[in-house]
Amino acid sequence: MADSPTAVEHHNPALKHHFVDMEQQREASSLGMWLFLATEIMFFGGMFCAYLIYRYWYFPDFAAASSSLDITLGTVNTAVLICSSLTVVMAVRAAQLGKRQQQVVYLALTLVLGLAFLGVKAIEWTSKFEEHHVPGPTFNFQGSIPGHPDQPVDQHHAQLFFSLYFAMTGMHALHMIIGVGIFAYLLYHAWKGAYTPEYHTPLENSGLYWHFVDIVWIYLFPLLYLIDRKK
Amino acid sequence: MSEHIVSAKTNIAVWLTLLVLTGVTAGVAFIDLGPFNTVVALVIATVKALLVVLIFMHVKYASEKLVKVVVISAIFFLMLLLGLSLADYTTRMLM
Amino acid sequence: MATAAITAERETYLNQEYGIKSWLLTVDHKRIALLYLLSITFFFFIGGFFALLIRLELLTPAGDLVQADTYNKLFTMHGQVMVFFFLIPSIPAVLGNFLVPLMIGAKDLAFPRINLLSWYLYIIAGVLMLHCMLTGGVDTGWTFYTPFSTAFSNTKVIEAGLAIFISGFSSILTGLNFVVTIHRMRAPGMTWNRLPLFIWAHYATSIIQLLGTPVIAVTLVLVVLERALHLGIFDPTRGGDPLLFQHLFWFYSHPAVYIMILPSMGVVTEIVPCFSRKRIFGYKFVALSSISIAVFGFLVWAHHMFVAGISLYAALIFSALSYLVAVPSAVKVFNWTATMYKGSITFSTPMLYAFGFIGLFLMGGLTGLFLAALGIDVHVTDTYFVVAHFHYIMVGGAVMGYLGGMHFWWPKISGRMYPESLGRLAAVIVFLGFNLTFFPQFILGYLGMPRRYWQYPPEFQVLNVLSTAGSTILAVGYLLPMVYFLWSMRYGKIAPDNPWGASGLEWMTSSPPPTFNFDHPPVVDWEAYDYENIPAPQEARSGG
Repeated sequence: MADSPTAVEHHNPALKHHFVDMEQQREASSLGMWLFLATEIMFFGGMFCAYLIYRYWYFPDFAAASSSLDITLGTVNTAVLICSSLTVVMAVRAAQLGKRQQQVVYLALTLVLGLAFLGVKAIEWTSKFEEHHVPGPTFNFQGSIPGHPDQPVDQHHAQLFFSLYFAMTGMHALHMIIGVGIFAYLLYHAWKGAYTPEYHTPLENSGLYWHFVDIVWIYLFPLLYLIDRKK
Repeated sequence: MSEHIVSAKTNIAVWLTLLVLTGVTAGVAFIDLGPFNTVVALVIATVKALLVVLIFMHVKYASEKLVKVVVISAIFFLMLLLGLSLADYTTRMLM
Repeated sequence: MATAAITAERETYLNQEYGIKSWLLTVDHKRIALLYLLSITFFFFIGGFFALLIRLELLTPAGDLVQADTYNKLFTMHGQVMVFFFLIPSIPAVLGNFLVPLMIGAKDLAFPRINLLSWYLYIIAGVLMLHCMLTGGVDTGWTFYTPFSTAFSNTKVIEAGLAIFISGFSSILTGLNFVVTIHRMRAPGMTWNRLPLFIWAHYATSIIQLLGTPVIAVTLVLVVLERALHLGIFDPTRGGDPLLFQHLFWFYSHPAVYIMILPSMGVVTEIVPCFSRKRIFGYKFVALSSISIAVFGFLVWAHHMFVAGISLYAALIFSALSYLVAVPSAVKVFNWTATMYKGSITFSTPMLYAFGFIGLFLMGGLTGLFLAALGIDVHVTDTYFVVAHFHYIMVGGAVMGYLGGMHFWWPKISGRMYPESLGRLAAVIVFLGFNLTFFPQFILGYLGMPRRYWQYPPEFQVLNVLSTAGSTILAVGYLLPMVYFLWSMRYGKIAPDNPWGASGLEWMTSSPPPTFNFDHPPVVDWEAYDYENIPAPQEARSGG
């Protein structure tokens, strides 16, 4: 027989036929997303490793470079992401409770917050560009080691900091952009009523992705912005 | 994923805690704690991450241990990368 | 189960649908496995072609076939193609994709469309790599060491790096699919302790693919950024550390060698009990050893960097850890041997490959221990000793396992028997050709011939000539199966469900299987490898 799906009484249209039932499908998708997030931990981890080593080697120069980042914008962006994680959680909860309208509102808020984060990032990067802190031929970091006004910062070491800053926040921003795209897709389908208490797996799993990207930022913020603000 | 539905109150409590901790991190950065500034910052970040993982990402309510094993494994291997690399870098005795 | 009459056209995954679209848009794990089989065989030819050119050049001490720069490109591209486009996918993407659902009693993998995506990513990466090779190639060595690759090489490093980056995602997705499938889609009664050890091996392999590959991915990103923007991350003149690249590169690339060997070990663990008519000795130890190899394999990477400039203390730590990782591999060798002891051995083609694997892997593994000893490594690192060591494992081990597996499961995959005497002949030719190619290289390395050199002192010529002669014999050995496998698809004997009398759910469905694998979903209530209860092999019917 060519087609032999096992007949299931309540054949949910979302059930893929190689799965036995919706529960198996849901558990498989969830595990799949968690494994993907594990790979992302290792992916970002490689850059954290590079950062760790150069911060260990060049702590004073890194501290000086870090202090040139706008701590207010950094803190605000952290708060924005935390709020967006809340809206994601509330959107999933709304789906679990069968409330379509609430889902849409929370997903829309998540989108807005995500875009706000990216907007603030754009502002930060623009100011770095204007200050000649972008690595490359125009790089020029004017400053001294915190607490030692007579010691100028080593240009190479400061450039390393900013290379890692742009690489890490850039990779993070790329993940945010992808997240925004995914949530726009979810918003549309939520509005069409695709997510019910019985089936809201895409929401749950995309939520896991979004929270992960939030957690990456939770570590990036202190490591990049708060190396040494004491002086 | 479990079918356990987290209450709105819990979610909001976690959200507020995360915001407060963010403020604390930023504030403590201006206080001189010597080398402990870094430690405090990372500890607070880890607490925040744990709140997100356990509550927002439902790991606390998961019926199966598998998800916890996956997360802990990934972190363990990352620590291997960082730790064993540092074993080289901290013992090189650069001139 | 159902064995249809010869004349009736029973529906299988092969004839369920015809047409190129049904293949290129398939989500059937068995068809995807065949797509991979074609692609990796293609790249095997490319990598083999480069190998032949290398061996031709090394026939004479002078650099007279190609220029030095070209020679650098030859060994680089041989390594890159063989590692990333042949060895790493080989068994998981072909045999794993085909067999994992069958062995656990599932209809397909957990994510069939991601499986197809995985193949397309591989193809895209392969096309990019081909383009790179045809428009100038790369000369950095497959290891891409900085700062040569980032600041000095004027070959297509970025393109090659991108190709490998994309192929990495193919690998990650395959691993992800396997882990989810094995956790979530086992048939009723298929407990973890009843799983075939081939599954355990692929589970362990998948862990490495998931946790290791992302690190080389991000490293390649950094290399590309460094090369394009001169950031200084790996450039000592700008405060960077070339060794940081090596740490990040080898953190993946060492576990990668376990990606290449573990599946082969899984194949051998299926073949040996079957052709000894005896259950595997020490099932739990073999399963645990697979997981141990995967975990310990992540602890040893800097043994590739002993003379690169790491601290002595780090070298000591990594040397000790490298001895540790040999233990689970040795456990497996003991278990295979104990399985054969007092068994009823048949010297079938798969079993010949398994024997070859065990002997050659043993030599490769033991010479790895030589290299793990700091004192010896100082003398033989970057010589042909290392080249011989890893070829013993990757070719003597992994490729022999792959060929053994292809022969063992060929009846299941194609519904046909390959010609057994030709199979045995080819196995012997491969074994002899392999040893003639690579054993002289141990001696060459010990005597001091460096690797990656395009010319050498005249006193090394005899050994090099032997090695090149061996490589031509090896090539014949590899070509033979390609010819008779193809021949068998038209003229081979029709295969019964279980021509070997082997244990495992895959042998309880027809050869080839139907699209959804089983006519009735299996329920398992027996232990794995219960050869006491399995009848003798069926005779293959003639026909075709």
